[in-house]
Amino acid sequence: MNSLLPLFVVVPLASTFLIMIIGRFVKDFNKYFTAAVLLFLAVFSYYSLASLHGGLALCKVGGWEPVNKVPIGIYIALDGFNAIVICIINSVGFLAAIYSISYVKRYTGENYFYALFCLMIGGMNGVVLSADLFNIFVFLEISVISSYALVAFGVGKNELEASFKYQVLGSLASFLILFGIGFIYWKAKTLNIADIREAFKSGYDRPYYLFVELLILSGFGLKAAVIPFHAWLPDAHSSAPSPISAMLSGVFIKAVGIYVIIRLFFNMFVITEGMAILITTLGTMSMVVGVFLAIGQWDIKRLLAYHSISQMGYVIMSVGIGMILVARGVRHEIAVLAISGGIFHLINHAAFKGLLFLNAGAIEYTTGTRNLKEMGGLARSMPATSATSFVASMSISGIPPFNGFFSKLIIIIAAVMARFYLLAALAVVVSIITLASFLKFQRYAFYNKPHDTDDRKFREVPFPMVLSMAALSVICLLLSLLAIPAVRDAVLTPAVDILTSTVQYSTSILGQ
Amino acid sequence: MTAYYMCFGLFLVGLYGVITRRNLVKIAISLSIMEISAFLFFALIGYISGGVAPIVNPADPDKVYVDPLPQALVLTAIVIGLATTALLLAVIIRIYRKYNTFDIREIRNLRG
Repeated sequence: MNSLLPLFVVVPLASTFLIMIIGRFVKDFNKYFTAAVLLFLAVFSYYSLASLHGGLALCKVGGWEPVNKVPIGIYIALDGFNAIVICIINSVGFLAAIYSISYVKRYTGENYFYALFCLMIGGMNGVVLSADLFNIFVFLEISVISSYALVAFGVGKNELEASFKYQVLGSLASFLILFGIGFIYWKAKTLNIADIREAFKSGYDRPYYLFVELLILSGFGLKAAVIPFHAWLPDAHSSAPSPISAMLSGVFIKAVGIYVIIRLFFNMFVITEGMAILITTLGTMSMVVGVFLAIGQWDIKRLLAYHSISQMGYVIMSVGIGMILVARGVRHEIAVLAISGGIFHLINHAAFKGLLFLNAGAIEYTTGTRNLKEMGGLARSMPATSATSFVASMSISGIPPFNGFFSKLIIIIAAVMARFYLLAALAVVVSIITLASFLKFQRYAFYNKPHDTDDRKFREVPFPMVLSMAALSVICLLLSLLAIPAVRDAVLTPAVDILTSTVQYSTSILGQ
Repeated sequence: MTAYYMCFGLFLVGLYGVITRRNLVKIAISLSIMEISAFLFFALIGYISGGVAPIVNPADPDKVYVDPLPQALVLTAIVIGLATTALLLAVIIRIYRKYNTFDIREIRNLRG
């Protein structure tokens, strides 16, 4: 198991080159090969999750063993938390690859599309698996560079403008992260996350690291599009091809933004109450402001993009509540509940937001427009898209028995138990506004009077697109099972344990 | 310490350029300046005063060497910076072909 971990990075990177070379000579090689690679990665990620048993798998790249207990090589580690994120990345990636088989025919240069897609997957897997700070930066750049190119893939006016904006803000974020890494290395003299934690134990220079924490938080906050840093997200996510929008919104902002923030602030920095309150405030702001920005949108994909900001706010807020309680050192069981609610919502959001963007892509594929005012009555001509988007809309607005309900319920219960009544009330209100916004989407797209009287000219999308949308809507229903305590203990509890325990991560990495 | 302040000044120069310039190419140049300030910072934190290049000579154990790790990091970061700059310039050329201008005030299709 341990020596197989680099496969998560190596396989997609190698397939990038294979697609570019063999795809030139063999027709249709690119699409089926990409789907096969992603299927392998998805199965492998579930196998890894199942074989962890709450432990930690570690691979020292190049076989560089620690000298005098000081790690010198690059470490790749898989624990309860990032195993979940790996599963999300590769399964949503697999379904998006299946969807692309029909969708990407509209574009020229399919080889480039699939090559960049694999590169992005490889980069995200690397960010999530890496236990080394600079390695996180390198893989982060691999995945964001390919996402810049994929956003601009349509090379129309809007796509190029969105990509330019995204690149300028993304580069700024990268420099902030790079400076943060530099400042950490300056004091700690090591780049291994577990080892930095050990170095912090001996002396934690409060004002110095407050500055570093702010640098890192704003850098990764820009990547995660937390509200003061969100300007690029609606443009980039709405301009990309739809399977890529599903990847960017469903997976990308979690893997390179929120995952890293959670990992670094729990397992590397010493959590302080002030920083925890700041993170909770940012999360709450994203949650509230994001949904209000979403209300006025008539472009489907922009509407979904703003809802991504809002739903990510839920995750950050609830993890932040857990962080505050951990920092205070009180009521550990409520902190566990809040963090597990946050991670649960992160998983659910990948499923339903991926599905919603695929639906939006299907609508655009058939009708050729993204404007809600120009469509209507699609429920009759596109039954599969209509049914799956209904499942996704109900999930995101938190209607039982869909998955979004349970995760929001856990978050709200945790907020009430932690006596953050205002945050709980805001979470409920935002959920209601989300419901209203998605009822609007459902009504205008599927149930209104058809805009054209001749509604028979629209047909259901091709089979691969229907297949991946149906699979994601089944996943939306199945994820509700995570609310059952036995399943939750098996999947979410190891993830929460590694985050809340102050020593488990560093000792288990340095001990091996 | 002066070197650090100058490095920070370089960062601010780049930031000023990104915020105030209207020309897309000048924004790209400003981003490169910021990038170089980050590289410079890494080179500075690896420097130990009086240190020499880290080629270890066993015959002379008292010699002071500079920290080689930040230098390796800078090399990696420079390669990444090359890729981002190339992509940014490619996108700028494409924008110029579509809009026939480099002026950022006239490239405003996306709003809201």
